[in-house]
Amino acid sequence: MSNQENGSGSAFREASADYNFGFLDENAKKEIRRSILKAIAIPGYQVPYSSREMPMGRGFGTGGLQLTLSLIGKQDTLKVIDQGADDSVNAVNLRSFIEMTCPGIDTTTRVSEANLIQSRHRIPEQELREDQVIVLQVPYPDALIVVEPSEDKRKIMHGEADYSRLLVKLYEDIVKFDEITISHRYPTRINSHYVLDPSPIPRWDVPKMNNSKALLLFGAGREKKIYAVPPYTLAEPLEFDDVPFRVENFNDQTGKRRTCRCCGCDHSFLDEFADATTGEKHYQCSDSDYCDQQLEAQSAKLGGINVA
Amino acid sequence: MGYVAIKGGGKAIAGAEKLLEFVRTRQGESAEPLDLETIENQLYFLHSRIISEGGLYHPKLASLAIKQSLGDTLEASFALRAYRSTKPRLVESPVTETSNMRVIRRISASFKDIPGGQMLGASTDYALRLMRTELLDESPEAFKAVAANWLDNNSHNEIPDTFPKVLDALREEGLLPPVDQAAAEKKPFDITREPLVFPVPRSAALSTMARSETGSILAIAYSNMRGYGDIHPTVAELRVGYLPVMLPHPITGEPIEVGEVLMTECEVVAMYEDEEEGGKPTFSLGYGACFGHNEVKAISMSVLDRALQSGMKNGPTNPSEDPEFVLLHIDGIDSMGFCTHYKMPHYVTFQSDMDRLRTTQDKHDDANQGAGNV
Repeated sequence: MSNQENGSGSAFREASADYNFGFLDENAKKEIRRSILKAIAIPGYQVPYSSREMPMGRGFGTGGLQLTLSLIGKQDTLKVIDQGADDSVNAVNLRSFIEMTCPGIDTTTRVSEANLIQSRHRIPEQELREDQVIVLQVPYPDALIVVEPSEDKRKIMHGEADYSRLLVKLYEDIVKFDEITISHRYPTRINSHYVLDPSPIPRWDVPKMNNSKALLLFGAGREKKIYAVPPYTLAEPLEFDDVPFRVENFNDQTGKRRTCRCCGCDHSFLDEFADATTGEKHYQCSDSDYCDQQLEAQSAKLGGINVA
Repeated sequence: MGYVAIKGGGKAIAGAEKLLEFVRTRQGESAEPLDLETIENQLYFLHSRIISEGGLYHPKLASLAIKQSLGDTLEASFALRAYRSTKPRLVESPVTETSNMRVIRRISASFKDIPGGQMLGASTDYALRLMRTELLDESPEAFKAVAANWLDNNSHNEIPDTFPKVLDALREEGLLPPVDQAAAEKKPFDITREPLVFPVPRSAALSTMARSETGSILAIAYSNMRGYGDIHPTVAELRVGYLPVMLPHPITGEPIEVGEVLMTECEVVAMYEDEEEGGKPTFSLGYGACFGHNEVKAISMSVLDRALQSGMKNGPTNPSEDPEFVLLHIDGIDSMGFCTHYKMPHYVTFQSDMDRLRTTQDKHDDANQGAGNV
């Protein structure tokens, strides 16, 4: 897939000259920042906010984008991830939009260089720091939606910390399939009260929310909600005493851990590729930055040659 | 129909039609009439919508319908659909294999690296919806230059005509149920010749959805995506392209290509379901296909196909899984007709309603006379 046509060269993109820094007006950004503060003060609670229309489709990350645009300043360095990669179409598009509307900011693909990270579907493999904020794009903010379609009722259930029906759903899965079938968006209890939807990150990334050094922010544009997991906060995936929470298994048939075909990593979340001609399976780090870092480290060790 | 027409209404109707025709042409002093090719090309997506909702693949007439209806989508597909009823059924084409589609766009949200590769094609998905003020007064020269430049800089030869289907790869791996051969060989239900009497086969549901109104099918599919349902679809493949239509040769009987239709096809993979006979669980599938380049419609259709299959199997637990609810409410021509019928005279029935209300009011007054005068 080529992203070149989507670059910032066209007259279409330059139309931004007339827009405010960060596209949104200052009052809108202030409102979002207030909602973020409230979300941090009540970990896991979904704060409603008046989500604005962004110039891209609802569901393409407009919630995360509004958080990023309301937080970013000229001194910041931004990284945008989609499915673990910086170069996938949506990440390229969002980053180019932010660059266009926030002149003066820096962007990077390296986790360690960024202080603000907007991400879709992944939390980076590399541990985040206290001075970093990660913004996750959220399609469905409410973990209870799988058992209760009415928001009115869900609000009461959250208030009473009544997650019995969610637990019953997990139990029914075990009865039917002998396994909990929820793969991504695994419901997670924050600070022993609110259960949130951690956005469609794989189970693999859920433990990274627990006692995270970085602030995790969640923005749902279409559903108009903001919520947060503050640093050093308890985040526990729902589980049973006898059925513990499990992350994705990357072992092959013989029980051996599969490794990344590029960097050889044996402890990262892997994407699966099928060779079109041979039908063979290949595995590769989903976090492209992490993969690159490991490759660089290896080549530095081998010959001290800088491949970058 | 127990409705009374307005007496002398003929003159009024003729007047209304003349006025509408004036509205259509009132720019006449400064503008040229819309020509049909302009509509087909510059109003590409509108045109696609009409072809699909009208249920008749006739690009020229679809343009005409848009022109004469002043761009009203429901009216335009209505006109196209009505024209369709004037045509006899001559032959039926055999089942068409969509893997032969001459693809202009194909993407998969399930795998980064699909056999044949992702191909964005022409898409608004990543467009910034900023007002393109440079188009405010676009000169004919600038307009022509854009297309000419594009043709100069792009070679068509590098793109293969067709691509393997993503689902085939998943099926080979046993992640999908095998193709139901019995169902595949069954004659499809023809909604243009038979009424829907529930329960209906899946082919009836699919063809009803293929002609449905985009907004209606989107609304019901969206209810499922948002929480009144639990499909959790992943787009295995969305493809847009030209599909060859084959017919048997009148003399030799050999299938020959008689033309091609632009269409959009979507296949979604959804969460697995309980297997009754202790078989291995597999992903479940949803399918959507319609005439024209209509991606929202094809995706909505495939989500609803999955929802309906699940509703047919286990009983509906929400509106989007209920075949009666979905299939009887998504046809634009049907629902628009019924909605506009409320503008017709209802003098007699309303008279009767008033009689009932007045009588009830009188009785109420009688009963409350004492209390009311205190």
